[in-house]
Amino acid sequence: MATAVQTVESENYLNSNYGIKSWLLTTDHKRIAVLYLISITAMFWIGGFFAMMIRLELLTPAGDLVSSDTYNKLFTMHGIIMVFFFLIPSVPAVLGNFLIPLMVGAKDLAFPRVNLLSWYLYMIGGTTALVAMITGGVDTGWTFYTPFSTTYSNTHVIGAAVGIFITGFSSILTGLNFIVTIHRMRAPGMTWRRLPLFCWSNYAAALIMILGTPVIAITLLLVAFERAFHIGVFNPALGGDPLLFQHLFWFYSHPAVYIMILPGMGVISEIVTCFSRKRVFGYEFVALASIAIAVLGFLVWAHHMFVAGISVYAALVFSLLSYLVAIPSAVKVFNWTATLYKGSIRYETPMLYAFGFIGLFTIGGLTGVFLASLGIDVHVTDTYFVVAHFHYVMVGGMVMAYMAGLHFWWPKITGRMYPEGWAKLSALLVFVGFNTTFFPQFILGYMGSPRRYHAYPPEFQVLNVLSTAGASILAVGYVLPMIYFVWSLRYGEPAGPNPWNAVGLEWMTPSPPPASNFDETPIVTWEAYDYEHQPQEEVTVGH
Amino acid sequence: MWNNFPLFPERASALAWQVDGLYFLLTAVSAFFTLLIFVLIFVFAIKYRRSVHPHPVQIEGSLPLELMWTLIPLGICMVFFAWGSLIYFQEARPPKGAMEVYAVAKQWMWKFEYEGGQRDINQLHVPVGRDVRMIMSSQDVIHSFYVPAFRIKADVLPGRYTETWFRPTKAGTYHLFCAEYCGTDHSGMIGQVIVMEPAEYQAWMSGGSTTGSLAQNGEQLFQQLGCATCHRFDTQGRGPNLIGIFGKPVLLDDGRTVVADENYIRESILNPGVKIVSGFKPIMPTFQGQVSEENLMALVAYIKSLSQSQQKGSASNQPAAPDTSNMQ
Repeated sequence: MATAVQTVESENYLNSNYGIKSWLLTTDHKRIAVLYLISITAMFWIGGFFAMMIRLELLTPAGDLVSSDTYNKLFTMHGIIMVFFFLIPSVPAVLGNFLIPLMVGAKDLAFPRVNLLSWYLYMIGGTTALVAMITGGVDTGWTFYTPFSTTYSNTHVIGAAVGIFITGFSSILTGLNFIVTIHRMRAPGMTWRRLPLFCWSNYAAALIMILGTPVIAITLLLVAFERAFHIGVFNPALGGDPLLFQHLFWFYSHPAVYIMILPGMGVISEIVTCFSRKRVFGYEFVALASIAIAVLGFLVWAHHMFVAGISVYAALVFSLLSYLVAIPSAVKVFNWTATLYKGSIRYETPMLYAFGFIGLFTIGGLTGVFLASLGIDVHVTDTYFVVAHFHYVMVGGMVMAYMAGLHFWWPKITGRMYPEGWAKLSALLVFVGFNTTFFPQFILGYMGSPRRYHAYPPEFQVLNVLSTAGASILAVGYVLPMIYFVWSLRYGEPAGPNPWNAVGLEWMTPSPPPASNFDETPIVTWEAYDYEHQPQEEVTVGH
Repeated sequence: MWNNFPLFPERASALAWQVDGLYFLLTAVSAFFTLLIFVLIFVFAIKYRRSVHPHPVQIEGSLPLELMWTLIPLGICMVFFAWGSLIYFQEARPPKGAMEVYAVAKQWMWKFEYEGGQRDINQLHVPVGRDVRMIMSSQDVIHSFYVPAFRIKADVLPGRYTETWFRPTKAGTYHLFCAEYCGTDHSGMIGQVIVMEPAEYQAWMSGGSTTGSLAQNGEQLFQQLGCATCHRFDTQGRGPNLIGIFGKPVLLDDGRTVVADENYIRESILNPGVKIVSGFKPIMPTFQGQVSEENLMALVAYIKSLSQSQQKGSASNQPAAPDTSNMQ
């Protein structure tokens, strides 16, 4: 493996420049990705700490660990941090930022300075939200329903709203950068049909970021204005309409679910092909399914409002469209499964996480079909069934995909391998812990246990104890990678440019890549996932 | 052991069986597809592992397969869509002649008022076998009326009425939850739905002391607030005669027609300038801030009762009236 002869110390984006200033003023998409990685990891642990406090409180039926006001703030801050400051930026801002220019064969994103600006906006927004939380917290739920948020809550609603508002611009700018880069900066020969599916799915997510984020921005601004100046937009006592808020909020926040999951789906397409050494089954269908999800995702928002007092006929239309959006997701799952058929499969950690993703996303998606069904939704909406459903999609799906991607491209980002044995253990712990935490919540929900309850009737305790036990396992599963990733920075084996023997332009440059990505612009003459013509080499490093 | 570890709540309404039926079938179908995916992944991962299958066979895709796994799930989805919608339509349409209970939700309690004028806090008493229609409003934020044993839930909004209905089929005491997060004591905004045998229910109803039925209270308010000066029961009033208007279409001065339902009457009291009845002047003052939610409900009940007595009184003149109204 002649190309693999390379030391970590050779000139690359990490060592080409030194000092704190070289990081804080960098316009290198790879360094910005690392800045994002550090920031969202911090947010993940803050959000995770809130989650652990919630699970500990729910060990017993009585509200005895924290006060009800504190509990309400805990689940609100858990939601705000995980959704706006971890899940939405996770794959796009870290892996997308790092990989999209490499995958299309470009030197950087289209607007490198705008890319840095987007990180600063994220930091300003994140800090604003954190300050609001430290100085007293927010208790509206991450959904900010009116008129509670505009009139009745006595907490720092405006601070949190402004934080999300600012961070929204970071999301818009990242989306803009991705779209322009994918349109304009593909290397010669990198046609749309040869584009890695990771780029397709980030492209679809970027469309939603640009079209949807302004709506949540203006909606939260209206919440802040009604709170501060008592203009009557949402509060009926002031002449407003509380349902208007829900329409506006979900017009962004449902598509936002697809901002979160689509890039994760892209990660899975890359990994499944690499570890089964096959072209992806039905490339066009997987690519177009991403676009279909992005488009249909804009037309299903009112399925969050089936019991809110909307018209029966509106409910009917939104139910139908919600069923339709399930189809492209199912198409993806079937295509990934078919890709395994007659492959040559290895079980490295990224693949284990990818298996986990497919299984858990399937359950998350199918339980979404329960919620699309009007008759069942009336019973289970606003119960733990919904909590379980979206955690299967967001954690079982999205966080699994993020972990898969982080393990897969860690050697590319750092030039070092992580310890494979520990990583496999972590994947197993996450899978077991996750299911133990969230599967019981489906039953709890159908039993009628409402969400956002600080105290609950005693008959729900057994399932809650199970859930808390699972959360502890899950926490260990997340702490392990934190430790071994940091460990590998110093002690990990040098990875070489292509430890997985994968195809894709990002693997044709050293690890870590040089500051300008490629020494000369690559010319693409092969189809995506061309494992047929990739020599069958054994993986020589890492375990 | 399953008594201590149930998988679904008690079924105590006519609808609960339907919802559970759909749920069980959907669970079975979902379990099938989940297993299918899990088994396929497992089998492929073992059978085609690299040590026994080092040379992958490249397959680009297959249009028939793509069509199959697009169209079959789509077909299955449409069946569940139709079934789920049928249940929802039943939930949305209270049967005629249902007994009516008014609910006012506020941080953090439920107040119920029955047609006879009895009041309950955090307890709702209903008889077995009777259709019960809930007419609900909130004094502050959004709440949600949720009875798992009936499989129904409806948000309760400030500034308007929302409704839901159920027919209890089994005597017992069931959970009532607020299902929309409403602030500090959201998880304390719980109560009980007490379903009683009809005879027992009658006894309970007559046991409570009341100051007249809800409609009678409304009539008193109607006089006290001076409504009666303009809304006379003849054609001479400066406001429309309210006898017989409830549930009927009303022609407005901008040419629109609206049905005079609970929300219309509520709006006309609080915001009279929005919908002016054809032929009348916009002279009515607002009663916003002067009438509590409870008093509003009493007024609505009174105006409704004006239509019921009129129907009964003039039944011989209007034989076509299809309303088999409940005889309270």
